[in-house]
Amino acid sequence: MSLYRSDRNLVFVLQILSAISGAVLLLIVGFLLLETLPILQEIGWWRFFSDPAWYPTSQQFNITPMVVGTLLVTFGAVSLATPLGILSAIFCQYYAPTALATIYRRLIELLAGIPSVVYGFWGLVVLVPIIGRLHPPGPSLLAGILILAVMILPTVMLVTDSSLTAIPDHYWTGSQALGLGTWATVRGVCLPAARSGLITGVMLATARALGETLAVLMVCGNIVQVPQQVFDPVRTLTANIALEMAYALEQHRAALFVSGLVLMIGVTLLVLLSELIQPQS
Amino acid sequence: MSMRRNHLTEPLMAAVVWCTAGVVTLILVWLVGDLVWQGGGQVNWTFLTTSPEKAGVEGGIAPILVSTGLILTVCMAVATPLGLGTAILLTEFSSQAGPFGRAVRLSLDILAGVPSIVFGLFGNALFSKRLGLGFSILSGGLTLACMVLPILIRSVQEGLQAVPQDYRRSSAALGLSRTATLGTLILPAAMPGIMVGLLLGIGRAIAETAALIFTSGYVDRMPSSLFDSGRSLSIHIYDLATNIAGGEPHAYATALVLMGTLILINGGVSWLAHRFRQSRLQVI
Repeated sequence: MSLYRSDRNLVFVLQILSAISGAVLLLIVGFLLLETLPILQEIGWWRFFSDPAWYPTSQQFNITPMVVGTLLVTFGAVSLATPLGILSAIFCQYYAPTALATIYRRLIELLAGIPSVVYGFWGLVVLVPIIGRLHPPGPSLLAGILILAVMILPTVMLVTDSSLTAIPDHYWTGSQALGLGTWATVRGVCLPAARSGLITGVMLATARALGETLAVLMVCGNIVQVPQQVFDPVRTLTANIALEMAYALEQHRAALFVSGLVLMIGVTLLVLLSELIQPQS
Repeated sequence: MSMRRNHLTEPLMAAVVWCTAGVVTLILVWLVGDLVWQGGGQVNWTFLTTSPEKAGVEGGIAPILVSTGLILTVCMAVATPLGLGTAILLTEFSSQAGPFGRAVRLSLDILAGVPSIVFGLFGNALFSKRLGLGFSILSGGLTLACMVLPILIRSVQEGLQAVPQDYRRSSAALGLSRTATLGTLILPAAMPGIMVGLLLGIGRAIAETAALIFTSGYVDRMPSSLFDSGRSLSIHIYDLATNIAGGEPHAYATALVLMGTLILINGGVSWLAHRFRQSRLQVI
């Protein structure tokens, strides 16, 4: 379709604005590389995993304990939030009366809107003392897993809920006509039909857990170590950046940007993967 | 045998599903109830209008409210034109956008997943260091603007897509330019959707902490310009809870103020979305 002159001017302006929006990602990647290249050229990738410890001011840059911490917290939170989130969505779709389902959905949306710093604060003043009474010290891998699980549960639930809504009604009626019960239908018909949506939800939740900073920073204890049990304190990559960035200089600062780059790569891979899995509408 | 198992499974799973919903509801009630219970008594007019004293243990949060407002203003002033422009191009001129549009869309999808702490690193490197803005409200606001772009663009796009295609066709049949169609028909019709996008952006920005720690900084005095460091509500909660002995009561109060604001914003979003649906029903 041909365009008026005024339209062409508008499209030109819009293209400039879009180019700026699109360039933000390039700028982020560019600046991460710019800040990390000097240290990567000087000491290489490998030292970040082979150095004896993390003492960045004495040239020791081992980030392995933090990578392990991040992975453990994420894995724990995702394996807790996935069944809870999926069961919550099933509750809304197939078990709860309509009015209750609406209220429950609102509650989950409210949960999704709570800032991470508030979760962290609540975890610090309520959850950590409870865990401390069970098994000292209190700030621990377990506290991080629990808080993070509550935080990412809404993501799993809302994505699952909307993909269950998209299942055609006759799947349900057909299954009922065969005399299957509610749970048998959910397990045998609805969940398989919504599988790609479930996987997308879990991946988005994983990406969110990997990148979460404040909540884990406030409840995990932040000791640089590979934890031996769930009651041990851990430090995640994100917490490491938040704690040390304020006073980091030169190589130390660059090392923190390296951990940012590692996070960015991990999350980007997850996002791209979930886009591939998502059915094209 | 299988019949018997079936008889057991159905009520068992129903119980599990109901229990899950109960536990999740309990956690939420516990969390919100705790905030209201512990913070409610302290939030009053004096708390909102006086300056913090003794690192926030006494006094109020007036300068923090002002800083938060200024950071949000900078953020939305930059993100709104960028977001609207991009969303209009991607939705209304998609045939003109071509491969460029696809690249922008992919870049925004990835941007939506970037952890907020990485935005913080980026904002520190670009705005605070490279552009020399230091720890300032301007650095913080610009960093947040980058962060809210994806959610803003996505919801404005949804608002535009919801405008019936007939509007565009009849307007083209009357010989109106697309610019005129956009200004007189599409944008007014999509206005509630656009407002939803803006509110969601503000909600995301006001909840953010990690991206602000090393861009807008910690200073809790009343800012005198956009180049001053300013502490947001979220950073105030973090600082009171972790660095200040006896900061807990005021951390509760500040968290309650933050939550209250967010609930107002979310209420606005669902009210607008509801109104949007109704007005569309009337048109059709």
